[in-house]
Amino acid sequence: MRKKPVVYPYIPNSVPEVKEQMLRELGAESMEEFYADIPEALRLKRPLDLPPPLLSEYDLRRHVEGLLQKNRTCQEYLNFLGAGCYQHYVPAVCDEVNARGEFLTAYAGEPYDDHGRFQALFEYTSMMGELLRMDVVNVPTYDGYQAAATALSMAARITRRREIVLPRALSPDKLSKIRDYVKPDLEIALIGYDPETGELDREALRARLSERTAAVYFENPSYFGVVEGHGGEIAAMAHECGALCVVSTDPISLGILTPPADYGADIVCGDIQSLGIHMQYGGGHGGFIATRDEERFVMEYPSRLFGIAPTMVPGEYGFGDVAYERTSFARREEGKEWVGTAAALWGITAGVYLALMGPQGMMKVGETIMARACYAARMLDRLPGVRAPVFRSAHFREFVVDFSGTGKTVSEINQGLLARGIFGGKDLSREFPELGQSALYCVTEVHTQGDILRLVEALKEVLQA
Amino acid sequence: MKRLGLIVNPVAGLGGRVGLKGSDGEKVQQRARALGAVAPAPTRAAQALERLRPAAGEFELFTYPMEMGEAVARACGFEPIVIGEIASGKTTAADTQRAAREMMAQGVALLLFAGGDGTARDIYDAVGEGLPVLGIPTGVKMHSAVFGTRPESAGELALLFLREKAGLREAEVMDIDEEALRRGEVRARLYGYLRIPFERPLVQGLKAPSSPGEREAMRAIAADVAEEMEGGVAYILGPGTTTRAIASHLGLPKTLLGVDVIRDREVVALDVNEAHLLCLLEEGPARVIVTPVGGQGYLFGRGNQPISPAVLRRLGRENILVVSTAQKLQALGGRPLLVDTGDSEVDLWLCGYYRVITGYRERTIYRVSC
Amino acid sequence: MSEDITRHRYVDGKPRLRRFHQARWDEPILFELSRPGQRGILVPQVEPEIRAEVGDILATLPAGMRRREPPALPELSQPQVVRHYFRLAQETLGTDLNIDVGQGTCTMKYSPKVHEALARSPKVTELHPLQDESTVQGILEILYRFEQIMKEISGMDRFSFQPRAGSAAIYTMASMIRAYHASRGEGEQRDEIITTIFSHPSDAACARTAGFKVITLYPDEDGYPDLEALKAAVSDRTAGLMITNPEDTGIFNPRIAEFVRVVHEAGGLCAYDQANANGTLGVTRAREAGFDMCHFNLHKTFSSPHGCGGPGGGATGVTKELERFLPVPLVSFDGQRYYLDYDRPDSIGKVAPWYGVVPVIVRAYAWAMSLGAEGLREVAEIAVLNNNYLMQKVLQIPGVSAPYAKGKRRIEQVRYSWQALYEETGVHSEEIGLRAADFGVHYWTSHHPWIVPEPCTLEPTESYSKEELDEYAAILAYVAQEAREDPEKLHTAPHNSTIHRIDHSPLDDPARWAMTWRAYRRKVAEAQRPEENAS
Repeated sequence: MRKKPVVYPYIPNSVPEVKEQMLRELGAESMEEFYADIPEALRLKRPLDLPPPLLSEYDLRRHVEGLLQKNRTCQEYLNFLGAGCYQHYVPAVCDEVNARGEFLTAYAGEPYDDHGRFQALFEYTSMMGELLRMDVVNVPTYDGYQAAATALSMAARITRRREIVLPRALSPDKLSKIRDYVKPDLEIALIGYDPETGELDREALRARLSERTAAVYFENPSYFGVVEGHGGEIAAMAHECGALCVVSTDPISLGILTPPADYGADIVCGDIQSLGIHMQYGGGHGGFIATRDEERFVMEYPSRLFGIAPTMVPGEYGFGDVAYERTSFARREEGKEWVGTAAALWGITAGVYLALMGPQGMMKVGETIMARACYAARMLDRLPGVRAPVFRSAHFREFVVDFSGTGKTVSEINQGLLARGIFGGKDLSREFPELGQSALYCVTEVHTQGDILRLVEALKEVLQA
Repeated sequence: MKRLGLIVNPVAGLGGRVGLKGSDGEKVQQRARALGAVAPAPTRAAQALERLRPAAGEFELFTYPMEMGEAVARACGFEPIVIGEIASGKTTAADTQRAAREMMAQGVALLLFAGGDGTARDIYDAVGEGLPVLGIPTGVKMHSAVFGTRPESAGELALLFLREKAGLREAEVMDIDEEALRRGEVRARLYGYLRIPFERPLVQGLKAPSSPGEREAMRAIAADVAEEMEGGVAYILGPGTTTRAIASHLGLPKTLLGVDVIRDREVVALDVNEAHLLCLLEEGPARVIVTPVGGQGYLFGRGNQPISPAVLRRLGRENILVVSTAQKLQALGGRPLLVDTGDSEVDLWLCGYYRVITGYRERTIYRVSC
Repeated sequence: MSEDITRHRYVDGKPRLRRFHQARWDEPILFELSRPGQRGILVPQVEPEIRAEVGDILATLPAGMRRREPPALPELSQPQVVRHYFRLAQETLGTDLNIDVGQGTCTMKYSPKVHEALARSPKVTELHPLQDESTVQGILEILYRFEQIMKEISGMDRFSFQPRAGSAAIYTMASMIRAYHASRGEGEQRDEIITTIFSHPSDAACARTAGFKVITLYPDEDGYPDLEALKAAVSDRTAGLMITNPEDTGIFNPRIAEFVRVVHEAGGLCAYDQANANGTLGVTRAREAGFDMCHFNLHKTFSSPHGCGGPGGGATGVTKELERFLPVPLVSFDGQRYYLDYDRPDSIGKVAPWYGVVPVIVRAYAWAMSLGAEGLREVAEIAVLNNNYLMQKVLQIPGVSAPYAKGKRRIEQVRYSWQALYEETGVHSEEIGLRAADFGVHYWTSHHPWIVPEPCTLEPTESYSKEELDEYAAILAYVAQEAREDPEKLHTAPHNSTIHRIDHSPLDDPARWAMTWRAYRRKVAEAQRPEENAS
């Protein structure tokens, strides 16, 4: 007995009568004719060996939700992890806007039929421009790692030099990405940090700079959460030797921190995940790159740049790609990378976040984060054998906690915390052995005083055990 | 208000329809008319002007009397400003040249002409690169690259240029030996350059940026070639804007139409002939760098006299470097590059696939055919 | 008497075109709606005890690092923000709204809504990537299971989902090719990647970024990649081939296996850009063609929505021999638990943070699980059937052609040419697209460079009904006819869209271009100043 063919809800023409009618209209006997160009030897002679389909939506949902049930979320557990992915509050309106089917499913239409998309992204870049005090911001690239790698490549193209200077106080993952990306063209020099303050070792930097330096790169706040206090000096040192200053920052800090452009940064980059985007197990990142509005910078962006333009009707806004014909390159180092699908929906989301927060919200959230993080550090510091923060500096959101004096490893401590429903800070002991048994703790505006005290209590128990 | 110049060559294309190649020379023209030929130039000019008509209020149209432009302009509904004088029915190349000079003096922003390679040469002789020019195709197969692809597109491009929505680039004017052409031989020689408008696309909804502009592409090619140049090797540079870009990148002069030789980033000789090259090949290793010239994609036409079959034989295929912008290759519409050296044996071993240098660290495999 | 309104939808028994008008809100830029003092959301306050403990926290910032002036962000109330963005959403023609066959190569298929419920579950959104693995077994299992599905679909042995979209995956493949040759001491020597002019531009651009010289092949007269040209291109400098198949013309290269053989013989690797896989799922695979690696776009073939230009996902698969070069970590299973395998000394390292765009992977997994082997085959077959059906209808329109492979079927998309219509009417392909927008559909020409003149690339996918394909073809037919009868209508299109013809000239002029509102206001003020001085 012939099996009744399935009519798939997502495939309108899978209705057998329709399929047959279309084949007839095409004068085709079967679908085989359409694959005539594919040689026999390349044809799969069997069906794909895949799990049986979950044809009903209910069965599909039960299956996937069943798997997801095995997860324990940061709502169920108390989370103090950061290190590049952050648990900030996501306003309901952000989720509403990026769930709108129009935005969710649009792609690459013209600035007529997709005008709304262009305007939303122009507004995102505009609001970022105000946060950063820079006139050019790109449509988002994949993530902050890509933004840094591209910013450094841009600096090398602009200066026509081959050496980039990076801090040792950098996420090893980010460094790995940068290394891979600049491998064909650039050399990397690493500069250490001051063991007291955690800030960039300026003497070591001075010794390393030369006429080969394309860019001096640092992060503010740094990987350790330290607010770099000497950004202006570092930028000046870079400029003195003819290099550019590239600074990576987190926009959620810019309600209270000086934008890097104001202390001499030429290219500013970073990740927008903190702005209204859920963590999603690392699936919610977007990268930004910003510069001054100078041709030599603008022509180096591999990303799309949306500009505002008039239309035939006075008073109407239109948008389009700026510097549509990027210059070609005459040296390998000048190659303009590529443009592709990246993270536009997160850019729109970040725009919504900034629109809701406004200047006051951004100032307030920055202050709240700093205050709570500082409080948490102080409370932890009071635990026997614990030192926090390790660095004598102002911190934003993250700080290093040294557990070496407790006789326990971070790994043991985190296991203990896990049993008490808490995700402890990232274990730094392998990445930065000089810091001993240290962990990177992250405290944001979602951590109440109660949450912090709960951490302290849990640690007390764990350390006593 | 902007000024547009229009020159119609009333005899251009006359010979083509009745199987006579080219229309130069009174004798050919007489024969053509005797065969019942009607000059296509006015019709083609009208097709181009049609695309300009909606914007008639935006510019002043300057033209020459009667069959040299006035008639067509009026027929298309324009009110042209007519300058100069002609003897109707007896116009010659001299009239074309005079018209071009006078229009340049009148400050036209763009000179639109309806004609063929011959008309292009006449205009070049008159004004060189003194003002932007654009050809409305009317004659037989064009070898010069100064024409719009069709009469309508020439009109459109002219309009874009007047509205400052088009750029300018150089395009080759070719000298075709029409006698030889009638015998079936292509003797095409680079004659000069005119500046012509080029357009950018209307809409920008792309997922990837567009290709680089042609000038940038030539700069990239030049950088690549310069980087790969070996010491002690003589590089023979054929004519063309791309080879000129190579010389320019090295800070060296390049003759406009001739063949030059450089070695170790210095000029060895300018505007050499075949004998000179053959001597040179005795002295040491050499390579030749050529670029397709003209609208038909000829790498080696019989016009490339100094780089003769004998020279090519001595060089060997592996010492022939072909450079070309991607735009030039695309304009071929899938047709191969062509060679016609006059020596069929040499032509044959020149055929095949070449690694054309199309950018910095970029090659395109393209076919050369004969 | 009741009137039958439905009969007005037909003319001579055929459906007439919609009287479409896109939403037009004439919406100001957000900054123009700002009023000082308005708040869109309030932020948690610092508790009094904390404040007492830390004091004036901002005063602890180093000199020069404390922001002096508040950022000049707009100040809006919450309903204003909602209204503004919902209006902009209405002015965006997402796939959810239109017969989105006009964005060729993008595979604009239906993104099932049930996936949104799954991807937006807190069990996905509220996970931190560094959480203890015991707490994320569910998501790791999904990543692992999806990898098994991708392995079977492609025939590859191992997958990474770390590249965050298609071009990122292509770059990753180029980086792995580089690492492979370096590991054999041939890194310096093998510095050339070969691709074709009809492959995706990123195949060339990403190879270039990875440091390779790029060699491009033109097609032969029939529009197929030229095998003889490939033979002329390979040498001992060949690192690899990066090729899209079927190409953007919708033509499958029947000699693809020979292409692979030629490159292998020269010592190069072969990377398969499977952005155009929608028509060949379950029909042919990278493995049987001999490829060493391949990638898929999860936001194309695998239904994750395009998000205005991301996020997407670039699933990258390799054979066993190349597994060691994949980005780190990989998701593995030891029989009992799923874990992140970081013990990969030969990995190229990281190409992006973490493990992939997880919500996209969840959707792709759900999609594949809802269809199964037969369903995926049906997807491919209907995508191909729809494409050829649409092609037959479109080719009935005078003035259009489908260059290359004349008379033959295509796979999942077609690149058309309106050259004949242009020659007849002077109307460009782009203008046809702009007028098509007046009927509520998208339209796309081609990647650059335009080898096919006056191009138009249509890709129906499996998501549209026969009637919807008829409607799209009818729109093109109507517009083509209008090009003959009333070309001005096209020269000034669109008329029923959100805005009118844009004057692009400022966008190429450094003195006038503006990528942010602040730059725009600055330049407008500067432009007005001389007039003020003059008066």
